[in-house]
Amino acid sequence: MSNAMLLFTIICMGLVTFALRYSLIAYSDRITIPPLVRDGLKYVPTAVLSAIIFPDVFWPGGTLNLSLANGYLISAIVAAIVAWTSKNVFYTMLVGLLVLWGVQYLLG
Amino acid sequence: MEENETSPRQQFWLGSKHTLPIVTGVIPFGLIFGVLAIEEGVPALLAWSTSSLVFAGSAQFLALPLFGEGAPFIILVLTTFIINLRHLLYSASLASYAEGLSVRWKVLLSYLLTDEAYAPTIVHYQNEAVPQTYKHWYWLGSGLTLWTTWQLTTGLGVLVGGQLLPDGLGLEFTLSLTFIGIVMPQLINRPAIASAVSAGLVAVVAYSLPYRLNLMLAAVVGIAVGLWLEKRQTDLMEGANE
Repeated sequence: MSNAMLLFTIICMGLVTFALRYSLIAYSDRITIPPLVRDGLKYVPTAVLSAIIFPDVFWPGGTLNLSLANGYLISAIVAAIVAWTSKNVFYTMLVGLLVLWGVQYLLG
Repeated sequence: MEENETSPRQQFWLGSKHTLPIVTGVIPFGLIFGVLAIEEGVPALLAWSTSSLVFAGSAQFLALPLFGEGAPFIILVLTTFIINLRHLLYSASLASYAEGLSVRWKVLLSYLLTDEAYAPTIVHYQNEAVPQTYKHWYWLGSGLTLWTTWQLTTGLGVLVGGQLLPDGLGLEFTLSLTFIGIVMPQLINRPAIASAVSAGLVAVVAYSLPYRLNLMLAAVVGIAVGLWLEKRQTDLMEGANE
């Protein structure tokens, strides 16, 4: 992709993002979301974010790895527990990263 | 009465102050974004331009490998759409509070409407102890604090990130760790859990699809599973009540 095309793509990504954020703030009186869509939107964050998380955790470097030597898996399990108990994104990230480094260090 | 005493300036700084704890998490994230952009071979200035032109962290992160492998225009726009679809919810939830603001305000506040700004802002709007008059200044204060942090840290990241954060530390994994922090507290009922797990499994199984199309497929399946289970639960409850 040429740099000009890349810039054009980025601008369009920005317009899509802005449209999603602006749409209902601007036109809430004229647009009504059907109940089914509203219910469905509720599941968007968990579905999309999980779809990003799972391959990183179970499929690091492009191969399925369910062993204890998979530092990403161990890190994710600990991070999930920290997230569930603390409800704090920053602690989750910090502890997860420390566990990942710990496992990588132990495995040399 | 100090808590209730409000002026635009006070609301602005209150919004900024309430956002500071979130900012500490955004700083490393911005730096890491810069490092990954360079690793993916995206020109520094173009990578940095996404911070102002798109201003949506997770979409920016996901776009980096797609830029790197030269994914087509339509894939990037569609992926951005799916990843940021949740903002439609924020827009709906804040719409009634933004009623009566000028178009200029609405455009500015919408542009600044990220996950991190939405969280404190909606809590503040719902707090009826504070008069509603100047609460859009709180939103602005929160949004601008995050915007400034994001521009500075991603800029620093593309400039000197490689020297600050060396390769091979698994830093790209911080994106997933952050998302784990966001998703876990939301798994409060069976439809939500099933939606997350099914989306995750589909994303793994369909991993070999080009251009991370597995994400889109996974999102659709996850949403459908959540909706279906929710409907089944309400049907069961209605059946039990009869």
